[in-house]
Amino acid sequence: MPVVFITDGLLFGLVFMVLAYAIYASRHPHLRLPWKKVARSRMGMATLIILLAYVFIGLLDSLHFRPQLNSGSGSHPIVYSNEVLSVLDIVLQPMREHQEKTYSEPFALHLYSKETVESSAGVQQRIYPRLEFGGRHLSDPSQRSDDIISIMLIAASKALFAWLLIVLMVLSLLAIKHETPLLGLISKVVRGTSEIPWRIILLTLSVVILIGKVSYDLGLSYHVLGTDKVGQDVFYQSFKSVRTGLVIGTLTTLITLPIAITLGLMAGYFRGWVDDVIQYVYTTLNSIPGVLLIASAVLLLQVYMDVHADDFDTLEERADLRMLFLCLILGVTSWTGLCRLLRGETLKLRESDYVQAATAFGVANSRILSRHILPNVMHMVLITIVLEFSGLVLAEAVLSYVGIGVDPTTNSWGNMINSARLEMAREPIVWWSLMAAFIFMFTLVLAANLFSDTVRDAFDPRVQAER
Amino acid sequence: MIAYITRRMLYAIPILLGVNLLTFVLFFVVNSTDDMARLHLGVKRVNPEAVEVWKQEHGYDKPLLINAKAEGLEVVTDTILFTKSLGLFVFDFGRSDNGRDIGYDIRQRMWPSLAIAVPTLLVGLLVNLTFGLLIAFFRHTYIDLWGVIFCVALMSVSGLFYIVGGQYLIGKLLAVVPISGYDTGVNALKFLVLPVIIGVISGIGAGTRWYRTIFLEEIGRDFVRTARAKGLTERLVLFRHVLANGMIPIITGVVVVLPTLFMGSLITESFFGIPGLGSYTLDAINSQDFAIVRSMVFLGAVLYIVGLVLTDIAYTIADPRIRLN
Repeated sequence: MPVVFITDGLLFGLVFMVLAYAIYASRHPHLRLPWKKVARSRMGMATLIILLAYVFIGLLDSLHFRPQLNSGSGSHPIVYSNEVLSVLDIVLQPMREHQEKTYSEPFALHLYSKETVESSAGVQQRIYPRLEFGGRHLSDPSQRSDDIISIMLIAASKALFAWLLIVLMVLSLLAIKHETPLLGLISKVVRGTSEIPWRIILLTLSVVILIGKVSYDLGLSYHVLGTDKVGQDVFYQSFKSVRTGLVIGTLTTLITLPIAITLGLMAGYFRGWVDDVIQYVYTTLNSIPGVLLIASAVLLLQVYMDVHADDFDTLEERADLRMLFLCLILGVTSWTGLCRLLRGETLKLRESDYVQAATAFGVANSRILSRHILPNVMHMVLITIVLEFSGLVLAEAVLSYVGIGVDPTTNSWGNMINSARLEMAREPIVWWSLMAAFIFMFTLVLAANLFSDTVRDAFDPRVQAER
Repeated sequence: MIAYITRRMLYAIPILLGVNLLTFVLFFVVNSTDDMARLHLGVKRVNPEAVEVWKQEHGYDKPLLINAKAEGLEVVTDTILFTKSLGLFVFDFGRSDNGRDIGYDIRQRMWPSLAIAVPTLLVGLLVNLTFGLLIAFFRHTYIDLWGVIFCVALMSVSGLFYIVGGQYLIGKLLAVVPISGYDTGVNALKFLVLPVIIGVISGIGAGTRWYRTIFLEEIGRDFVRTARAKGLTERLVLFRHVLANGMIPIITGVVVVLPTLFMGSLITESFFGIPGLGSYTLDAINSQDFAIVRSMVFLGAVLYIVGLVLTDIAYTIADPRIRLN
C-alpha cells in the first residue's frame, strides 16, 4: 500500500517544477544562454553528476509504502505492516536486515567488544564473537582479504561493463543528433575538445558507478562502514540520511520562496508604508539569533506533539511532520536575505524605461510585477536557492547535534555525528560512524558548493561584464 | 552624529517590541502555560493540582494580557505579558525555571564566552587576511585556482567535524592540552588554546575566500592601476592601496559581529565544556528552560541592533566619504 508523506509530495513536486523550468528555459534564449555556460563548465558538469546521484538515492528513498503481510486470498483481508518502507529499503534490504549485536569495525568478522561465551566443553571464555552476518560465508577468517578482493574485482568489471554500455549509448545518441560520424565524435570526446565536456562527465559517471557497485556488492556480505551501537549497518544509515539532507536543503528554500518573492517585490515596487512594514518585519526576524528562534520553535513543537500524541498514526508520520516543521522554521530565519536582495533590485528596476512605459500605458500593478519585474529578478532567486542548499545541509547536522533538529528516530548525518560524540570518548574509539557521516556529507556539500559557484558565475551579470 | 545614534536607538524600540511580542506569542499563546508545566513535571506526576502548584511557584499562574480580578494599574501589570516579557526591556530577566537569577548567571558566564570569542576573532582575522592577500597576489595562477578550491573544500566540512577531529588529534592523540574543561585566571589559558585554534581553522575557508573577493575587486580599480603606473612595487601596491581600501568592508564585517561575541558559540562551548553563555543557552534548550531561552532571544536581538549601529559608525570612521544624516 503506497504511503505518501508530506515531504515526499513536496519533493516530487519540486522535481516536476525543475523539469518544467528546464523545458521553459530551453525555449527562451536569455535563459538558455547562461545554462549553456554551466553545461560547458567542466566543474559544473562533474559536480552535477554527483549531485544527481544523491538526488537519485533521495528520490528512491521518497517512494514509501507499507508492505503487504499476507496474500489476502479468500476471506482473509489483505493486512499491511505497520512499518513504512521505501524503495531504497528494498534495494538495500540485505544491509537493512543484517543487524548485528553491537559495534563492529568496517569489514570486521568479529564484534568490537568481548563477550562471555560458553564453549561446547562447558568452559566460559571471554572472546570476540563472530558476527552474525558480516563475512558469514567465510569458514576461515584468513580468507577475508582474498574474498574482498575477488568481490571487488567482479563488481568493478561489472560496473565497467555497464559504464561502457552507457558511454556507447550516449555517444551514439549524440552522433545521431548532431549527424556526425561516431568515430570522429569519440576522438573529440577522448581528447576533451567537445563543446560540452563529455569526457569529464563520463569519467565522473564511471567513478560514481564504480564506487556504487563495488560498495553495494561488498555490502551484501560485509559491513562496509561497520555497525553502530545497536548493530545497524552504518553504510545503510548513511544512505538513508541522504534523503534527510536533501529535504532540508531544498524544501526549506522552496517553502519560503513565495513569501520572500512577494514581499520583496512589493516592498521595492510600492515603497512608502508597504516598504516600511515589510522592512520592519524582516529586521525584527533577523535580529533574533537564528539558532534560538529555531530552538524555541522546535521546543514548542515538541510540547505540542507530546500533548497531542494521538494525532499521528505512525512514528514515521510524526518524524516527517517534525522534519517539515524544521524546514519551515529554518525558512523563516533564512528568507529575509533573499527578500532584502529582491527589494533592492526591484527598487532599481521600477525606474527602468520598460517599467515606466508599462506604467504610462496603464498596465495594472500586478501585471507589471509578474510580467516585467519578476522575470528580471529570477536569476537572483535561482542563485539564492543553489547557494543556500549547502549551508542548510550543514545546518541540519548542527541542529540535530544540539537536539533541535530532525527527530532522533530519523536517519540523518546530524544524528550520526551526535552519537559519534560518545563513541569518540570510549576506549577503544569507534570512528567509523563519524567517518561515514563525514564522507557522505562532505561529498554532497562540496559538490553543491562548487556547482553553485558555477551557476552563480553563469547567471551573475556582474561576472559576465568583467569577461 | 549623536543625533543620528539617538535616532537609531529610538528605531530599535519598535523592533525590540516586535521581538518581545513574537517570543510572547511563541512561548505563551501557541502553547499554554499548562503544557509547559506538564512538560516539566513529566508525564507520570501530571494532575491538575501539581500543574497549578508549578505555575504558582514560577509565576505563570497569571492571565496572559488582562487581569480582570485585579484593581487599578494591576489590571495590566499583574499579567504574564507584563511580568515575564516586558521586564526584559530594563534587562530584568527574572528567574529561570529552576529558580536561579538569570541576570546574575549571564554576567558570570559572559566572560568565558568572551575569552574564547575575542582571540578566535582576532587570530582568525589575521590568518584570513594573510591568506586572502596571498591568494590575491597569485591571482589568475594555479595557486589561486587551487587555493579557492581548497577554501571551498574547507567550507564544505561541517564545524562539528573540526571540533571532534581537533579534540581527537590535539587533545587525545598528542595530549598537548586538555580536551575540555575550564578554570579561572591564568589557568584558563591551557583550556582556551584548543577551542581558539579550532575556531580559527574552521573559519579559514569562508574568510579567505571572502577577503580574496574583496581584494580582487580593489585590485581591478583605477587607483591601483595608477599606483602601478607610478612604478610602485607590488608589495607597496598591495599593502598601501589594496589592503587599506579593502579594509572598509572588512572592518564593517567585523564590527557587526562584535556585540554578538558575548553570546558565545553553542557548539564550541558545549564540546569543550566551557561555562559560557553558549553552553548556558544549550543547557537551557536541552532542559527546556523557557525562561532562559526567552532572555537569550531578547539579549541576542539587542546585541544585533547594537551591532548594526556600530557598523554605521565604523563606516564613517573608516570611509570619510560617508556622512551620516
